[in-house]
Amino acid sequence: MNSHHLPLRPHRFEGGIHPADGKAYTTSGTIRIPPLLDKYQLVIQQNIGVSPLLKVKKGDTVKKGQQIADPVGNISVPLHAPTSGTVGDIHDISGANGAPVPAVEIIADGKDEWCEPMECYSDWKNTNRELLLARVKDAGIVGMGGASFPTHVKLSPPPEREIDTLVINGAECEPYLTADDHLMREQADRIIAGAGICAKILKISHVLIGVEENKPEAIRALRTAAKGQKDIVIVPLKVRYPQGGEKQLIYALTGRKVLAGGLPMDVGCEVQNVATLAAIAEAAVEGRPLIERVVTVTGSPVVDPGNYLVRLGTPVRKVLEWAGGIKKEVRKLILGGPMMGFAQSSLDVTVSKNTSGILLLGADEVRQFEAGPCLSCGRCVEACPMRLLVSTLSKVCENERYDLADENYVMNCLECGICTYVCPAGRPNVQHFRRAKAEIRALKRRK
Amino acid sequence: MTILFAALALALLGLILGGLIGFTAKKFAVETDPRIEEITNLLPGANCGGCGYAGCADYARAIVEDGVSPANCAAATEENFQKIMAAAGQEAAKRERKVAVVYCSGDNRHAVHVALYNGLNDCRAAAALSGAGKGCRFGCIGLGSCARNCPFGAIEIRDGLAIVHAELCKGCGKCTEVCPRKLIHLVPAESKVHVFCNSLDKGPDKRKICTAGCLACRKCVKAYPELFNAQGFLVRARDGAAITAEQVAEVKCPTGALQTVDSHANPGKRKEGAA
Repeated sequence: MNSHHLPLRPHRFEGGIHPADGKAYTTSGTIRIPPLLDKYQLVIQQNIGVSPLLKVKKGDTVKKGQQIADPVGNISVPLHAPTSGTVGDIHDISGANGAPVPAVEIIADGKDEWCEPMECYSDWKNTNRELLLARVKDAGIVGMGGASFPTHVKLSPPPEREIDTLVINGAECEPYLTADDHLMREQADRIIAGAGICAKILKISHVLIGVEENKPEAIRALRTAAKGQKDIVIVPLKVRYPQGGEKQLIYALTGRKVLAGGLPMDVGCEVQNVATLAAIAEAAVEGRPLIERVVTVTGSPVVDPGNYLVRLGTPVRKVLEWAGGIKKEVRKLILGGPMMGFAQSSLDVTVSKNTSGILLLGADEVRQFEAGPCLSCGRCVEACPMRLLVSTLSKVCENERYDLADENYVMNCLECGICTYVCPAGRPNVQHFRRAKAEIRALKRRK
Repeated sequence: MTILFAALALALLGLILGGLIGFTAKKFAVETDPRIEEITNLLPGANCGGCGYAGCADYARAIVEDGVSPANCAAATEENFQKIMAAAGQEAAKRERKVAVVYCSGDNRHAVHVALYNGLNDCRAAAALSGAGKGCRFGCIGLGSCARNCPFGAIEIRDGLAIVHAELCKGCGKCTEVCPRKLIHLVPAESKVHVFCNSLDKGPDKRKICTAGCLACRKCVKAYPELFNAQGFLVRARDGAAITAEQVAEVKCPTGALQTVDSHANPGKRKEGAA
């Protein structure tokens, strides 16, 4: 299994496509720092697992970075105030997936004062790994690529599982998004430090960073930052969606295949996103919790698209205002990228730990269509990166035969959206599969 | 001559085999209670499963063999129900007739749409997103999962709202199971007046997204405290309250959420709320 220091030629994962990527809107320029807002609406549960428990009440004074919600159990992370001020209403606001979610309002006092800082582990190489792991949890860090799974859980695999490679996802294969690209260019040192910290926590040294070839500046910056550290290898990858999928990336970098229903740790790998690493380094070295992230604001209707360092709890409406507003009719607002993001019906949704992009699509770019019957053309089967029989699955799901969908491995669908993208009949395959997965999960819970 | 020989041989063979089949059928016959078949024929035959058995035949077997009460079948007509009771040798019992009621008045004229929905034509799939474009998160999605699931064709989607035709509804409850918003309820057939709203939002928030929702103004509660009960931002008719259409007309619900089952099923006749 050990592929240490071999000259790496990345593998080509099966399936996948290369959609028009629209990254040109935001590749130039630097990460912009927007002004302070007068209030933030912070969604309380920003992690998968158990929601943290709010410990402040209306009228309380908070400082920037102060922990305002405690984790409940292990699969949970704390939440921190994005700025100093007072706690306002605690009420439901519209969440990213449509349903209302509880949120707490922080009314800024304009001073933006930090709270008592956490201890800085500037010499993290000689810091106890338990301390570093505890810091990852205390800083509220979750997978910032989109999954928002608590990172400290991922970094503590069961002791009997042997991990030998840390795989870093700098692929950013999702069209339009350039947040990770900019982060790699501007904060390569942090990312490399974060990778080192993760490797130390996992007690391994071999780190592979996969970056797609369309980000030459990022690759250069990472190579400069990792100079002299021969265990950290930066691997340029051919542009192909969904290269950033966990299983696809592991295969591309190591040639190891994670089997159906398996986890990266089955093949001795651990995957982390570059934004998560930067947050880990910031938390460990500078003692700052996760209260802001880089968000790409993009799309043809945006007047001045770009990347912003946005505090958590900032309404999308404000971010769009910073980007100069819109210059033509908008048909769709998507949180995340066009392939895997969620369409929104409200501008009051707020930025959370996994919001990588805010994408607007114009009226000329969005098609309204009726889904037709499957033509059995097989384009979806050819393109599916998980090698699923998408056409069959689509038909059995349409007929609500979720037992057959389960037999045909629908649970392995990663919802990358390729099958819907390539379908000439405009079938909403991903929605079919999402529903099937929910029904199957509900059925298994009942049993 | 040859053809005659062949015909004779076949006839003989037929006789022997026929006799064999006849003998086996008599000798190895399975005794079944003739009442099972009789009751199966009297049951509606929709195999809706509302009784909790795998179908009408299975329920008939349970009635005869296990002495289960036929009252669990909501779909059988009263006449057939009495015949089943007689056939099963059970004492006459009263059966309460229930019908389904959709607690929502938000059709396309009243509910505000906040998005264009382009996905699957199925309420449960749409509910996993944020519904099919209507702003209300409690109300009828209107893609007709209940109508497709109704074995009796009693639900119609009219103008983006599920409407129950009470005369066709047998009260089997299939629709209540499938509705992702859980806004279809089984109620006694004689209660004809309901507050057709399911939203727990605050009144002003509700008003922004639907002009037919219950605003909890409590006009009805003040007029008839014995008939209505306010639960937070939603008023419900009290259980078993006999409310007449005249009382509804007198209360003059400002949004029309308080109405009769008939006016809900025939929105043309419904008076527009003072919107």
